[in-house]
Amino acid sequence: MTETAPQTRNSSSRAEATLVSKAEASVLRDFLRGLLRVLRANPLTFVGFILVLILSVLALLVVLVPVVTQLLLGHTILLTPFDPNELTTDYGQPPSTSHFFGTDNLGGDIFSRILTALPLDLAIGFGITGFALLVGGGLGLVAGFWDRPGTIGGVVSLVILRVTDVFLAFPSLVLALAIAASLGRGTGPAMLAVLVTWWPYYVRLTRGEVLAVKHQPYVMAARAAGVSEVRILFRHVLRNLLEPLLVYYTLDIGTVLVTFSTISFVGIGVPLSVPEWGSMVELYRRFLQTQPWTVLSAGGAIFVTVLAFSLFGDGLRDILDPRSRRALVQAAIPSTLMAKAAAAAEA
Amino acid sequence: MGRNASDLVVFIGKRLVQLVPVVLGVVVITFFFTHVAVQNPCAIWAGPHATQDQIDACLVRFGLNRPLTDQFWSYMTNLAAGDWGSNPSTQISVLATISAAFPATLELVLASLVIMTVIGIPLGVVAANGAGRWTDHLVRTFYLSGWATPTYLGAVVLAIGVGPVLGLPTKGDFTSTPTFPRPTHMSVVDALLALNFPAVGDAILHLILPASALAFLNLGIATRMTRTSMLEILPLDFVKTARMKGLSEFLVLYKHALRNALISTITIMGITAGVLLSGTVVIENIFQWPGMGAYAYDAITGYNFQGTIGVVIMFAIVVVLSNLISDILYGLLDPRVEWR
Repeated sequence: MTETAPQTRNSSSRAEATLVSKAEASVLRDFLRGLLRVLRANPLTFVGFILVLILSVLALLVVLVPVVTQLLLGHTILLTPFDPNELTTDYGQPPSTSHFFGTDNLGGDIFSRILTALPLDLAIGFGITGFALLVGGGLGLVAGFWDRPGTIGGVVSLVILRVTDVFLAFPSLVLALAIAASLGRGTGPAMLAVLVTWWPYYVRLTRGEVLAVKHQPYVMAARAAGVSEVRILFRHVLRNLLEPLLVYYTLDIGTVLVTFSTISFVGIGVPLSVPEWGSMVELYRRFLQTQPWTVLSAGGAIFVTVLAFSLFGDGLRDILDPRSRRALVQAAIPSTLMAKAAAAAEA
Repeated sequence: MGRNASDLVVFIGKRLVQLVPVVLGVVVITFFFTHVAVQNPCAIWAGPHATQDQIDACLVRFGLNRPLTDQFWSYMTNLAAGDWGSNPSTQISVLATISAAFPATLELVLASLVIMTVIGIPLGVVAANGAGRWTDHLVRTFYLSGWATPTYLGAVVLAIGVGPVLGLPTKGDFTSTPTFPRPTHMSVVDALLALNFPAVGDAILHLILPASALAFLNLGIATRMTRTSMLEILPLDFVKTARMKGLSEFLVLYKHALRNALISTITIMGITAGVLLSGTVVIENIFQWPGMGAYAYDAITGYNFQGTIGVVIMFAIVVVLSNLISDILYGLLDPRVEWR
């Protein structure tokens, strides 16, 4: 009995592994197929997807081109037409072929400044949201999975939830502003401020999803088959959380970007010497009537970036959520076709 | 647990008890960040030309030379006794400022909620009804634009661009400081109470732009939620039945379907309270609205610690209470929900 037990467990876990890898492949295939179908059916999601792709590639190029040219040619070539901090003699020029987005009152080239800020703003969006996803998601997993009262896990999950409640009661911007102001002006403090306030949402979200999944029959079946708790958590529960978390992550990148740039806008974030979209709006807002291209370009950059992630994330939800996918498909069928089908069924 | 009135009372009581540790936690966190991170606030409070003696006197006066736990303890005992402290530079009591500023913000938020409801929900219905077609794409673009516009950008454009063009006021709550008493500190209500009708009109005009700025940002939340739940409800049998009975499309959509879709919209509106309050920080600052958001900004940037903590306490209470209200509404609207 004791000798055969490990064997059966081994073979069962091998069988499980092949099953899982098959399921993995089909999940991926389904996802890609669904992605293609929705991208074709849904032009807005497609636009969002393309914009996210373009912005990410552009941000990489802005960072990489100077470094690579420095290595290969011995001197730096900027991707931007002007140095972002260079002051040209064209003061307050409207957009033209030499200055795509015009210049500000001091002669700074707006297009170069906006393009230079792109990697910073995108990295902050991806980075802070990613950190929140890891920390908040991890805590949410623990709090949702080991929550039986009276056990160590129950106590830990109770502590996690209470602390999360406290953070959720703060309007995040107010706490972030308070932290950023206390730490003093700078890019690092502003990032830290958003970082501290951002993870609690993910605890709530992940825990809710874990609670919904963990009593499913397939989890019980895995437990009955002797699969270890940790393995159940990662292989069976986490797998089913990836879709909602991915959607939320995508939508959230834009929100983080807006919050970060708001801290810069109110003047306690990024120092003015560093080009950043929020601080540019703050810097140029008094020129809205006289040199509107200054404010509107900087604001437009944030707008387009956040819109890209929102369109993509919003569409991703429609793809991944079976309920709204079905409704979307039903709604997309013209009513005349439905009537024809109904008539055919009657006949 | 069930659904009768006594269950509801127990439910509300439990949730109010839970408010206590949340507020305590919020105070501890804010106290820690402000008092530990800012090295020498007295150098700021005493002004740029203060001598070292003055700064030292200030440290003693505000007890900043004492151990942090002592400072925390004396702050907490004062707080429990109803003394929320005062602004170190102006000596104005935090509680007095908040009790004047809070109703002004409440008025702004309520006005923007009205705009969100009146515009946002019908848009969601229209989008869901034409899902996948151009009306849907148009509405989605509109609400995603609102979502993608940072609060400050929308507010700057409304305050500096749109306001002067339309001739709408962009600063404060009245054109000139009102001479009538301000018992509620809500501009429209006070003017109504004083039976001063020109002032009522003036107050409403002043409310339009900041409330629109706040609403535009959050319009998407109401629209998106209505659209999503309408998408789930429209294919259901009872909607088909209503159509087959020959009811007008308007009645089918807005009476039968929307009523069921609204449950989740109302819930999400309660949860947006925190987002709206965050929005007021920027919007009140740009429109010089005399509310909590503007006060929060002044307190935070002026290193007015007790003011900051006071604002944060009020905000936390509002967030928790509005979550509670949305839960209660959810229960009242959905007969399947039990008070737990």
